[in-house]
Amino acid sequence: MLEFPLWKKISLWALTLAAAALALPSLAKVAGLPWPAGLPGPEVNLGLDLAGGSHLLLEAKADDVRAQRLTNMEETVRQLMRGAKPRIRIGDVSTADGKLSFMLENAADIDRARGLIEPVMQGQTSTREWDLSVVDGQRIVLTPTEAGLAQAIDDAMASATEVVRRRIDELGTREPTIIRQGSTRIVVQVPGLQDPEALKNLLGQTAQLEFRLVDLNALPENVQAGIAPPGSEIFPYAPGTPQEGRFEAVRRLGGIRGDSLTGAQAGVDPQTNQNIVNITFDAQGGAKFAKLTTENVGKPFAIILDGKVLSAPVINEPIIGGRAQISGNFTPESANNLAIALRSGALPVPLHVVEERTVGPDLGADSIRKGLIAMAIGSLAVIALMIASYGRFGVYATIALVFNVLMLLGLMALGNFTLTLPGIAGFVITIGAAVDANVLINERIREERKRGRKVVSAVETGYKEASRAIWDANLTNFIAGVALFAFGSGPVKGFAVVLVLGLFTSVFTGVTLTRMWVAGWLRRARPTDLVI
Amino acid sequence: MKLLKLVPDNTNIKFLKVRVPFFVVSLALILGSWAAVAVKGLNFGVDFAGGQEVRLTFTERAAAPIPELRALVGGLGYGEPVVQEFGAPNQVSIRVRLPEKAEDTPGAATAIGDRVIAAITAKYPDARKDGNDTVSGKVAGEFRTSALLALLAAMAAVSLYIWVRFEWQFGVGAMFALVHDVSLTLGLFAVTQMEFSLQIVAAVLAIIGYSLNDTIVVYDRIRENLKKYRKMPLNELLDLSVNETLARTVMTSLTLFVALIPLLIFGPPSLFGMVAAITFGLFVGTYSSIYMAGPLLIWMGVTSDSFVPRETALDRQEKIARGEA
Repeated sequence: MLEFPLWKKISLWALTLAAAALALPSLAKVAGLPWPAGLPGPEVNLGLDLAGGSHLLLEAKADDVRAQRLTNMEETVRQLMRGAKPRIRIGDVSTADGKLSFMLENAADIDRARGLIEPVMQGQTSTREWDLSVVDGQRIVLTPTEAGLAQAIDDAMASATEVVRRRIDELGTREPTIIRQGSTRIVVQVPGLQDPEALKNLLGQTAQLEFRLVDLNALPENVQAGIAPPGSEIFPYAPGTPQEGRFEAVRRLGGIRGDSLTGAQAGVDPQTNQNIVNITFDAQGGAKFAKLTTENVGKPFAIILDGKVLSAPVINEPIIGGRAQISGNFTPESANNLAIALRSGALPVPLHVVEERTVGPDLGADSIRKGLIAMAIGSLAVIALMIASYGRFGVYATIALVFNVLMLLGLMALGNFTLTLPGIAGFVITIGAAVDANVLINERIREERKRGRKVVSAVETGYKEASRAIWDANLTNFIAGVALFAFGSGPVKGFAVVLVLGLFTSVFTGVTLTRMWVAGWLRRARPTDLVI
Repeated sequence: MKLLKLVPDNTNIKFLKVRVPFFVVSLALILGSWAAVAVKGLNFGVDFAGGQEVRLTFTERAAAPIPELRALVGGLGYGEPVVQEFGAPNQVSIRVRLPEKAEDTPGAATAIGDRVIAAITAKYPDARKDGNDTVSGKVAGEFRTSALLALLAAMAAVSLYIWVRFEWQFGVGAMFALVHDVSLTLGLFAVTQMEFSLQIVAAVLAIIGYSLNDTIVVYDRIRENLKKYRKMPLNELLDLSVNETLARTVMTSLTLFVALIPLLIFGPPSLFGMVAAITFGLFVGTYSSIYMAGPLLIWMGVTSDSFVPRETALDRQEKIARGEA
């Protein structure tokens, strides 16, 4: 047990010093010293509760995705039926109960209708996205499959994450973390961000822009009462517009979605001096837009953003160049926000903030300072107690403790782990618990000496007998730590990281390193008695 | 050099002589804790209750206008807010609960938080927002579930490990000790009505780890002694084991204690609850290792036959040294 060949000594020291050296960049940063630019400098990440910043948890409702898919499917089916030769006439279209159902006017069309719909029911992947059933020989019912819905949610979230990333990049904040969590959530962490208001406004905007024709046949009193004529939908005007509180009836189909934009810039209309957003369509969208405006000169069309009408101007002339401007009583900020949102693309599904945590940088700095002071005092007290109790063995334990803290810090820097406020508590507990290994060993050596063992044999037995309990204790702690890690969110996870990594470093420093030092001393000094 | 010895040599305290009264007291404390949790309830923070909590510093005031804040925020129509000093007299934390039915409305909690902060900063321009936490009802519900699962899973997993490493009686004993520690910690939070948050759950998991550490050290010695002294009556053997490990128990508890106390006194206020919980757990964890984990072994009838009699070379050496062989 006390044999340490040279190669073993060298590799142990190399491992210790390498891990400890990894802590130096982080320490230099805390001390405010510059770190040489040429050297690699892995640093411990500071959690938002220490560095200050904002954490947002965004969630999409599966129901929104479900509804969106139904609408899309309805549009597809209508197009397919209209485009069939000869045309298949359908009626009594309903999207109730999460199913799309419609009636064929002529039951003889059933096989043709099926043949047209079947191919779109299969998604790009091998998943079957819809189930088709025929009721009473004349009604077709399309039911979304669970697998198809899951796939749709997954796709929507993947692209929503991309959109969120683009929007945050536009804000110019540094090093945001954007991660998908679970099936319908996105975590956004922005260090240093004081006021998440702008961010929330930006992310809260789905930015689904639509241009739709106003239904001129709708009776105004019906529209204001919320009754839509067949083939139309009712939308309220957006807050802040002159028509706020009123409604507009627009045609359900035949509009243009704003997802084919290549650019959006906030600007000011030189004539009216109003804040506006200038948008540019891509070639395809521009062509569609030109067609829509050419065919409907003299008629009003509604500009709808996220289900709210911004304005419903009359089309004075065809708009051919693929450029358009949106007005809607914007402030410079809201025009800019909308421009960013449109540029970065619409969110495929609305996102809601379900958890928000913000920490000011002053508080974070204060927490670090208080935490470090507490750690320093605690460490000194522990060291004093150890040396007073175990003398030379206490000194070894103390040096091991120092290496333990350095190695732990170094490993955290290497693994790119995050140090949080509870993590500092974890450090203190690790310091306290790390000495436990040495306490167990030293108490055992005392005991063995008392029983009359010789020095070397007492030390050897002490290490051997104590190791069993140390092993069991650390393994159970490890199990508890894993539970903690699995459960933990944010700051608590930081606690778990320190605790679990601390188990490894404290066994290594507290048992292996001290044994090497004690063995070296026994060999050199050949003591006949131990002061312990 | 004379070294510090916290526990004198040859200490022989008859711990287990009074095991019945202590065990009864422990059971009473466990039941009392449960009753406290049932009657007074835990003061769930925003993590578990949902709602929003904002921490403010009034930069131009010596003390925060707490009654005025209470009236101001209470007047916003979200029910009675919890306004309390946090760290320093000019710092406060203000907590507003989620209204009923807000569980289903994502974004409701954030909207309330924004309104509360706007109302305060409008009236008190020197109020600096140090931080805020907003948790929706749904997320809070998930935190509650996952916290409970983590605690149960951790307790079950470590008990199972002890069962495998030792014997089933030891696993049950460790489980009881853990139930004791967790219950009493929850009881402490029910009685003091300190805020119960995610951090406290982390603290309880740390207590589970520590308490077990302690139990294992005692159990390990019991196992060793069971093999060594086959004929010794069990309660004497337990007393011997506890006494032999007493110096270590006291020393380790003390070092952890001296490391934690500065954090309690000088540490950041937002860590206070967590550190207080761990410090409390340190004591109940040490106690339970002796008075819960030990007596249960006697009552469940652990014998030396519980371990496959394996005579290692060291045991043999030991016997020879004692002249038994």
